[in-house]
Amino acid sequence: MKAKQETPLLFRKHRAEEWIGRIYTTFCVTLLIVVIFSIVYFVASKGVSTFAVNGISLSEFLFGTEWLPDNNQFGALPFIFGSFITSLLAAVIASPLSVCAALFMTEIMPSWGKKVLQPVVELLAGIPSVVYGFIGLSVLVPFLRDIFPGQGIGVAAGSLVLSIMILPTITSIATDALGSLPRNLKEASYGLGATRWQTIAGVVLPTVMPSVLTGVVLGMARAFGEALAVQMVIGNAPHIPRSLFESASTLTSVITLNMSNTVMGSAQNNALWSMALILLFMTFVFVFVVRLLERRAKI
Amino acid sequence: MSAKLKDRIATGVIVAFSLLIIAILLGMLGYILVRGLSHISWDFLTSVPETIRAGGGIGPQLFNSLYLLVLTLIITIPLGIGAGIYMAEYAKGGRLTAAVRLVVEVLSSFPSIVVGLFGLLLIVNTFNFGFSVLSGALVLTIFNMPLMVRVTEQAFRNVPKEQKEAGLAMGLSHWKIITSILFPVALPAIITGTILAAGRIFGEAAALLFTAGMTTPRLDFTDWNPMSLNSPINPMRPAETLSVHIWKVNSEGIAPDAAEIAAGASAVLVLMVLIFNLLARWVGRLLYRKFTSIK
Repeated sequence: MKAKQETPLLFRKHRAEEWIGRIYTTFCVTLLIVVIFSIVYFVASKGVSTFAVNGISLSEFLFGTEWLPDNNQFGALPFIFGSFITSLLAAVIASPLSVCAALFMTEIMPSWGKKVLQPVVELLAGIPSVVYGFIGLSVLVPFLRDIFPGQGIGVAAGSLVLSIMILPTITSIATDALGSLPRNLKEASYGLGATRWQTIAGVVLPTVMPSVLTGVVLGMARAFGEALAVQMVIGNAPHIPRSLFESASTLTSVITLNMSNTVMGSAQNNALWSMALILLFMTFVFVFVVRLLERRAKI
Repeated sequence: MSAKLKDRIATGVIVAFSLLIIAILLGMLGYILVRGLSHISWDFLTSVPETIRAGGGIGPQLFNSLYLLVLTLIITIPLGIGAGIYMAEYAKGGRLTAAVRLVVEVLSSFPSIVVGLFGLLLIVNTFNFGFSVLSGALVLTIFNMPLMVRVTEQAFRNVPKEQKEAGLAMGLSHWKIITSILFPVALPAIITGTILAAGRIFGEAAALLFTAGMTTPRLDFTDWNPMSLNSPINPMRPAETLSVHIWKVNSEGIAPDAAEIAAGASAVLVLMVLIFNLLARWVGRLLYRKFTSIK
């Protein structure tokens, strides 16, 4: 009789525990979903008001080149252009370096590479962006000023700083991809008498290319959204630069500089929110591209 | 050109680029430490900043950074681990789980400035928390949650299946298995991940400009009443962190020794990140040994 009474009690205790666990973890996950929807909703509602409330046309905002808030002209093309050109250049500079670092760690000298290069890359990933900005401002900018025409600040300085910042992202993804490559692929190539470079160029790189591109896109996404390091070295002039060594602006830099100087609800402030909306939209685009590439990588 | 020569050239290029990366890191670390360490003194680390005169310190900023870090971790750890456990243990494959995974991925790739703006709109203005440590901590939580979720999920998935099955065979409830069998085994990986995340929180600036604010009230370190405005532990006061201070000094600092202050503060920041990194490795290895009895 006694045993019969104990069993349901234990069950009840189990069930209570189970419910607590389920409710708690479900709550945490729900919170994540609520947060992302509210970010999109709030930023979008502010960003859309530029067009809905202040009556600025979408084409003028996206393709206008004149940013004169006092004159009621809100062309954001210089900033959009600045963001795209800096992140693209950063990816162009960082990708070959990252792929070489990844090859070094997996194909050429795995032991030494894991011991020295891996920690170096991890440390680079950990250095805060303001420190990159500070070094860019106090080392890179004077250096560029001495060699090239102009003040040293500009797209070139911004892209170089960004390229070092996104190097760890691309390197670690490329290294993972190279590391998970089946051995027999390479061995087949060596067995046919190919040299190491022939194997890398003919077998290894084509196989891991989708994964490497994933890393490049993730790096570009990071560069696109990076604010302070770029803002410190790019010069912040609101026009499309004619050379790499001329002061320019990005979406993030103009938001950083002007958000606290403008009144909430004014047309200029709303235009800044529209730029934040562009940043948000581009994040979705980058994630979408990464998803596509990952699907390619699986096959 | 023969294949062998090509191979040699390619190897040379790869090695040269790899050495270049190492040189860049060493150069940057060297520059920061050489320029910054000479400026670091007890006085610099504890005194308040000066706006016009030379000789200002970073005392309040350093405290703010640490306080913000602690507050963020207190909020992030339970939430992140909870969501991570859901993803590893409760989520069944299918559309909903795929959607949550996408949410985590998107959330972790949002630009920090956008998350900061969201914090400005919702937490600072709508909830009326003002520029405060708490607003900053909540925004950093948004950032850090995806990272904690991933770390926790990975750690739970790496626990050998047999341990879970043993628990099931003993008639334990799923939640009991999670808390008393899986969690202790997953803990080392979770702690390592948390410490690395802490390094990131410590260096974050863009999201804090518009949430924790760019000013600090005069702090009175003898006042430990959390409601008083000058108390260091008041969570509702504005708090300029170390990384925000570096940015501010660089872009609008007018003190004659602004560059030295920025260098010194950067050195402190980099040293903290280095410490976090080494700590993560060391603690991870220590706990791993303790739990697995592998020498």
